[in-house]
This record gives sequence, C-alpha cells and structure tokens, in this order.
Amino acid sequence: MPKAEKIIVFCSSILLILFFIGMIYAVRELNILLPTCITSVEPFKTGKVIKHTEDKYEIQYVARMWNFDPAVVEVPVGATIDFYVTSLDVIHGFHILGTNVNLMAVPGTVNYIQKKFLKAGEYSILCHEYCGMGHQMMSAKIMVK
Amino acid sequence: MMEKMKIEKSFRRLILIELLFPILLLVLGIYHGFIQVLYRAGVIQSTSFLGLDYYQGLTLHGVVNAIVFTTFFAVAFGHALILFYLKKTPHLLFSWISGGLMVLGTLLASYAILSGKASVLYTFYPPLKAHPLFYIGATLLVIGSWIAFFAWIPLYRSWRKENANQKTPLAIVGIFSTFLVWLMATLPLAYEVLVMLIPWSLGFVPTVNVMLARTLFWFFGHPLVYFWLLPAYIMFYVMLPKVSGGKLYSDFAGRFVFMCFIILSAPVGLHHQFTDPAIRSSWKWFHTVLTFGIAIPSFMTFFTLCASLEYAAKSRGGTGLLRWWTKLPYFNKDNHEQWLFPYFISGLILFSFGGITGLINASYTMNSVIHNTSWVPGHFHTTVGGPVFLSFIAMSLFMVARLLGKEIQFPKLNMWVPYLWMVGVLTFSIGMSVAGIYGVPRRTNLGISYMTSQPDIFRGLGMLWSNMSVLGGGLMSLSMVFFFFVFITTLCSKKKMEGHLYFPTSETYYDENISFVQNFKPWIIIAIVLIVIAYGLPLYDVIQATFYGSAGFTPQSPLPTP
Repeated sequence: MPKAEKIIVFCSSILLILFFIGMIYAVRELNILLPTCITSVEPFKTGKVIKHTEDKYEIQYVARMWNFDPAVVEVPVGATIDFYVTSLDVIHGFHILGTNVNLMAVPGTVNYIQKKFLKAGEYSILCHEYCGMGHQMMSAKIMVK
Repeated sequence: MMEKMKIEKSFRRLILIELLFPILLLVLGIYHGFIQVLYRAGVIQSTSFLGLDYYQGLTLHGVVNAIVFTTFFAVAFGHALILFYLKKTPHLLFSWISGGLMVLGTLLASYAILSGKASVLYTFYPPLKAHPLFYIGATLLVIGSWIAFFAWIPLYRSWRKENANQKTPLAIVGIFSTFLVWLMATLPLAYEVLVMLIPWSLGFVPTVNVMLARTLFWFFGHPLVYFWLLPAYIMFYVMLPKVSGGKLYSDFAGRFVFMCFIILSAPVGLHHQFTDPAIRSSWKWFHTVLTFGIAIPSFMTFFTLCASLEYAAKSRGGTGLLRWWTKLPYFNKDNHEQWLFPYFISGLILFSFGGITGLINASYTMNSVIHNTSWVPGHFHTTVGGPVFLSFIAMSLFMVARLLGKEIQFPKLNMWVPYLWMVGVLTFSIGMSVAGIYGVPRRTNLGISYMTSQPDIFRGLGMLWSNMSVLGGGLMSLSMVFFFFVFITTLCSKKKMEGHLYFPTSETYYDENISFVQNFKPWIIIAIVLIVIAYGLPLYDVIQATFYGSAGFTPQSPLPTP
C-alpha cells in the first residue's frame, strides 16, 4: 500500500469519527430521537386529542385515504406532546413542516414521537408518501397558541 | 491480451438485444421524467397528460430507468467482460434463456403499468395492490439476471484453475462483486414478491404484513443502489485511467473496495426506515454505523481516481498542486475510446455531490429533516442519475458501436452530451434539494396541490426552488435528445470495420499482490454473518409489533379491493 493511500484512509476515518461525534451529540445533548419499536399501544381507529395536564398532551392521529383525523388541533406553546400515528388503509407519511417530526404511518402498527412546540403559529402536516389518487391533497393543521 | 476480440454471432446478437431493448424503453422513461418537472412546477395542473396519469408515469419512470435499464445493462456488460477478460463464452442456451426471461418480464410489467393497473411506484409498497403481472414480470426480470450470473460462475472457476498464479482481472472481480451484491439484494425481494405479494395479488391469501414487506423491500433497496454503482466503478477503475491517458494508481484499492461493497451493501438498509415504526432505534443506529462504514470504500475510490487522473495529467505535461486538473482530455472529440472521458468525469463530478448528500441522508437524526422530501430525488439524481446513468449510456453506445463495427457519428455533439447532462442534473438537484429542506414532498403531483384549499404549504420559497428543477429537467432532456441523435445516427451509419469486442484497459501504477483480496469466500462469509446480525432481530421486532395484516387497496379508492 503506497504511503499516500494510508494517509487518506487515516484522514477519512478521522472525518467519519467526527461525523459520528456530531450524531451522538444530536441524540444525547439536543435530545433529537427517532421512532422506535412499540408493542404496548394497539392501532386505533379514530383520531383523539387527550389533555393529560395543562402542559402534557397526547394526540392520536389516524391517517387514511386522503385525510388525517383529527384535521385541526390546537395546543399551547411549550406543552409536551406525544404523537401516536397509525394508518387505516395504505402507507402514509406524517411530516409537520418546519420541524423534526417526520413519521411513516403504517397500517397494523403504531408510530410514536414526542415534540414540544416552542414557537406559536400554524403548522402544516403533510402526507409525503404516495397513497393513491388523492395524495397531493392530504394535509392537516396544528395551531400552536 | 487486450486486443480487439471477435465474438460468436449468436452471442453478439444477444448482447446487442440486451443493450438496445432497454435504451428503447428509456425513451419512455425519460419522457415522463421531463413531464414530471412540468407537473411539479405547476405548468401542468391535472391528474394526467396525454393519456398518462402522473403516478402511472412516475411508476414507469422509476421502473424503466432504475430497474429495467440498469439490470439489462449489468447483464450485457457482464457477458461482455467475461468474454473479453476471461476469453470464455458463457453457456449459449442459458444466456439466451436469461435474456428471454428478462425481455418477457419487462414486457409483462410494462403492460401492467401502461394499462394503468399498476400505478404503485417502483417501491410498490403494499397494501397498494398492483396487477399480478406487475409482480410476475419483475420476478422474471430478476430470475433472468440470476441465470446469466450462474452461467458465469463455472467459467470463473475454470479460469482460476487454469491461471492459478495470476490475479483475476480487476473487471472480473468487479462484475462478480456486482452480482454477489445483486444476489444478496434479490433474495429478500424474492421472499417479499413470491411468498407475500404474488399470492396476495392473485387472491390466494387475504392479507399481507405491510411492515414486513416494507422492511424486506429496503433489505433489497439499498444493495440495489450498489448494484447500480458497481458497474460504474468497474469502468472508473479499469477504463477511466486508460482513456485519460494514465494508469490506475492502485490495483489493491480497486480489489479492496469491491470486497468492502460485498460485506457492507446489504446490512445498511434500515437507514431508509429511520422514520418507520416497529423497528428499535438501536438497530437504526447500528445500520447508521455500517452505512458510514460503506463511505470508506467510496472515499478510497475518490482518492484513487484523483491520483490516477493526476498521473495522467502529469504525464500529459500538467504541473503544480492543482493546475494539473486543466491538462485532462475534457474536450476530446475523437471517436475511438477517449470520448468516454467526458462521460466519466461528468459522472464523477456529480457523484461528489451525491456522496455528500448521501452522508446527510444516512446521518440518523438529520434524516428527519429531509425524509421523503424532494431532497431525496435531488440526492439520487446525482448518484444513479449521475455516474451510473452517464457511464451506462456511454458504455452502451461504445459497445453497440464496437460490436457492429460502426464509428461514433457527430463526435463533437457527443462530447457535449455529458456536460449538458451534468449542468442539467446539478440545476435540477439543487432546486429539488433546497425545496426539500423547505418541506416540499417528493412523490406528489404538485400541479394539483397548487389548487388545494391550503395553498400556503405549496407557495413561497420552497416552491420557487422547486421551479428551478424545470430548468434542470429541460437541460437533461435536451442532452438526451442529442444522445439519442448520436446513438441512432451511429447505428444507421456505414460499417467501418469488422464488428468486435474491445474495452480500454488501464495498466497499474502500484501493482501489489495482497492475498486477502484475491478470494471472494471469506468476504461472502463476513457478509452473511453481518446480514444475520443486522436483520435477524429487526425482522423479529417487525413481526412482533404488527397487530394485523392488510387487505389490498387500489390507488382509486379508500375501500379495500374485494
């Protein structure tokens, strides 16, 4: 192996390790998490907003061809929100634009993520997975007040 | 050894069919690529245009460009490499059966798509249900490619026996790596399609486990991209140094890189499923680590190719730390073999963007920002639409011309094709990528979204960037018009020499004999172990966390199909 080649293998390994440190930082310090495997919640058939306390909400979203249930939700700024997402028919997407909340809604399973909205405003939820003829019209809203 | 080679008539015909048939279909696939950017920019605001529905066309665009064209090319290229470098002819009957199955499969799947009964996109996620012929056609295409590969194995074995003290030609190591990756990729796909989807689409079983099918699809889906990429790597390692007037910097690097792809192509598929339920985040993290592992062979390739180009430029009188870059044959208008250089270099420039955006996609949490946005097609048009596509069409033209004994017509125009394509793809990809960061979704008929009751999502800066992709798509299409013009005029030109097979083959600058990259076996074993570790428990989780199976749906109705 020529020397230059050894140097480049070393440098690219260092670069990759730096990237890793960045990713670990995002998870550990910034607390950005990915959805994981949930077996404790059964798939539900209708959407629901549950207010546990003043600043703790649970929203159960049902995605179906071609709308979300609930379509419009109001939550306060700074509340911790547990999002549960499932689908009644085909695979849908669930992306709250401008946030890290980006989930797949898969029939037969429940997807979960937690989110705190720190800024007031009107957030759009978009279905980003092809789900048939009406896909391009499928969206919902969250009002953060 | 690297002289022009005459090949038998029947085999020549087979290779020509396998090269020309997908190029013909490509016209259709590229056509809808262009129409799609018109929809996405709001120029077309309807569900269909000239009889082709948006999502039907999108299915066609993905299946033809990414699956059919690439598979046919890899098989035809593989046949030619075996003939040329091993001087052995694959079993004639098996090879024809392989080609026949691939053509038949493609025709069946095309029928299903064109008749509007399989608008399920190239990922065909259930429970969207396509016509059974769509799945059957795809299966035949894959089985056809397997048969071709299986017929090469005994030739490789006997060559190794006859040439025990020689290294296997690098191109052969490359093509076997390509098809080993393909085999590892298509086994889970075969399970998904044969065991789950075909019985379900024929009505023999009522439901399908959607999450399992989806996971098996991505078990296939990521090694698939290396199946596209590796034939391009073969050209970059074996041919690019020669056509740029130099030598391959390191032969070991090439072999090691191909072996790395064998072990790391498959156990990384979960990085397509970061946002999915039913998979533990710790397994998503494990796949992230391996995905970054696979960046190492790509970094090494980048280095080795730059070093090879530097050698070429310096032997052409280039000097300096960076000034030598100007001494490469960018504007070579010959029609012998150096015309391949513009195609290769444009592809590599695009790939440097594709590599970086790919690392972003694989970066665990960062993926949440861009998952399923138009960032993703922005990324893969600089990989599969960059080095892969450019090297495949160039090599198709090169091989067809050689096999028929024709000279490339309009070499000047031909030289500009890849540059125009590169500028087009960059414009397209920058537009799509930035729009994706704003949240513009990928697989959506945006032309209609503009008219919805919630226009705020689809107006503003994101859409402005999205519109930039029209300009890019236009340039890409124009480049392809020129390419087809060169291709057809070459095909119809007068025969100038005897038809033959020939590949430019580089000499090696550092030629070492390092034993651990001379044999596939240990690498295949490591690959299998890694796959079992990376997919065993996730698949178990997926089955545990799925509460019920799904009946099928068509894109037209929210009610399940009877």
